[in-house]
This record gives sequence, C-alpha cells and structure tokens, in this order.
Amino acid sequence: MSPDARTWTAITVTAAGCYAVKLLGLSVPAGLLERPLVKRLAALVPIALLAALTALQTFGTDKPGFTVDARAAGLAAAWVAVLLRAPFLVVIAAAVLVTAGLRALSGV
Amino acid sequence: MTAPPIPDRAADQPPSPSPSRSRVVRDALGVGVAVGLSGFAFGVTSAGAGLTVAQSCALSLLVFTGASQFALVSALGAGGNPLAAAAGAFFLGARNAFYGLRLSGLLRLPAAVRPLAAQWVIDETSAVALAQRDRAAARLGFTVTGASLYALWNLTTLLGALGASALGDPAAWGLDAAGPAVFLALLAPMVKGRTERAVAALAVLLALAGLPLLPAGVPVLVAALAAPLVLAGSRWTRRGTAAAGPEQREARR
Repeated sequence: MSPDARTWTAITVTAAGCYAVKLLGLSVPAGLLERPLVKRLAALVPIALLAALTALQTFGTDKPGFTVDARAAGLAAAWVAVLLRAPFLVVIAAAVLVTAGLRALSGV
Repeated sequence: MTAPPIPDRAADQPPSPSPSRSRVVRDALGVGVAVGLSGFAFGVTSAGAGLTVAQSCALSLLVFTGASQFALVSALGAGGNPLAAAAGAFFLGARNAFYGLRLSGLLRLPAAVRPLAAQWVIDETSAVALAQRDRAAARLGFTVTGASLYALWNLTTLLGALGASALGDPAAWGLDAAGPAVFLALLAPMVKGRTERAVAALAVLLALAGLPLLPAGVPVLVAALAAPLVLAGSRWTRRGTAAAGPEQREARR
C-alpha cells in the first residue's frame, strides 16, 4: 500500500468506528452499558491512552528508542500552563514557543 | 478537544423554573467557539504529520472527536501501521458511547434525528447539555454547541492545514511539541483521584518501555492495559482492606 492509501484506510476505519460508537450510545437501551465496571473502564482507558500519547510524542522519534530534545522543555512549559489553569490554546502555545525558542537558541 | 469546566449552576444558584434561552445559547457558544478554534492546532499538527489538506479535513468532518484525531495523525506520522493507528483512535473515541447513553435519556431525540445528532456526541456537547436543567435547554445547548463547534473546528482545520504547508519544516517552529501539549491539556481535567494518577503513571511507563521494543503505534495500545491493570489492582487491595474506614475508602476512590 502507498503511504497515501494507508492514510486513507486509517481515516476510513477510524471514522466508521468513531461514528458507530457515538450512534451506539444514543441508540442502545441504557442498562446495557451502564454496568459500573464498564463505566469505570470507559473513564480510565482514555486516561491511559492520553498519558501514553503525551510521553510517546515527547520522547519518541520516527526511529526506535527515545530521545530527549527541546520538546521535553516545551512539554514542561505546557505542564506549568496546565497547573496555572491556562486555556487550551495557551497550553499549546506555551509548548510550541518554548520548543521553538530553545531550538533557535541552541539547535537541540 | 478538551472539556472546559462547565459551571455547575444547579449547585451555585437556586433553581429557576425557566432558564433563559439566551443564557444557554451564550454558554454553548462560548464552549463551541473556544474549542472550535483549536481545530487550527489540529490542522497544523496533521499537516506536520504528513497528511494532505484533504485528509486533514476528512478527519475533522468524519471523525469529529479531537483526541482520536490527534492520536491518529501522530501514529501515522510516526510510521505506524494504519490499523494499529485506527485502533488507538477508536479506543479514545469509545468514551463517546457513554456520553450518548446519558444524552439519549435527556434529549429524547426522534429516531430520524439520531443518526445526524450522533456525530455531535463529544466531550463538549455532552458537558453543555448535561449541565442544563430541563429537556428544552439541554436540546438547545447540545444543538448550539454542536453546530458552532462543528463549523469552527472544520474551518480552522482547513486553515491550519493550509497554513502549515506555508510554514515549511514544522519542527523549526516547535510545532512537533503541539501534539504532546494537546494530549496533556486533554488529560489534565480527567486525572482527579489516586486511581486516575496511577493509571496515567503506569501508562507512561508501559509506553516508554515499549517505545524501543515495539513497532510504532503498538506501545500506546499496550499502555491502554494500564486501565484494567490498575482497576484490578485497586479492587484486589480494596478486598484486602475491606474493613478500612469510609475516609480511607473515599481517598482510594
């Protein structure tokens, strides 16, 4: 598969799956998914995925193994912004500006 | 997309029989506009991950659930298998089923409207609708949030994707740090108790341990196991200390 076809495959599968779960929630009788264990897992799985994605995106590259570079400083800045309860876009801007600034200064 | 804190008016103010429609519309637009604008960050990130403008826009139009979109483009950008990338995005989107469950009883949508409304069932629309006190206000809040967010999210995705290609190398602008910052900003409001913190910490460890060993896109799926593992662990320890006082049990959540 060409990279373009791979991407379209992933988009199609994700769109179908994400739409299906949205419609499922609106359509099934409430009792079916309302079991406490299922609800608890449904709340915790996104936390695991988002925490993992944060780490992978900060320390991963397109090669195996991990790297510490200017992104780590950018993420630290974003963390400070989160602790200060900054709005969503300010958190992202903090990460981007610190990362870009550090790269411009040091070339890390 | 992050769920901004919705003021819990039921707790703050005495209930009034008819909440003003303009108040609902104003709250809904506030959320829709603020979060809708962050589609720009998605467009830039998506283009930086190597997706075309059409692919980025297709994601915002058809997937329309922010965390899943960011997860998918980051997995694809790292060279991950498309199905592994889609699986990670799907698991993130699965929480919308639970929003749908809560909304269906509240909104009581006619069967003909349901397939259309389903696409708008996300963090923000649910937060706004569930904060309302009656069905009419919930329907209004859901519709206004959904419409404004959908329109702006897609428009800013297009602008971000177009703008990114004009910028050149995204790393020189620090834009490769936007992805992890988005995930952190989405994660922060969800991590409230000890169990949540334990899940996040274990997931980070599993992901980083898997990074040098597993193909791209797979470490995040392995890290998802942190949720059942911590849940099983906390149930097991709770059973061991079943005699613990209510305060301790509360702290353990």
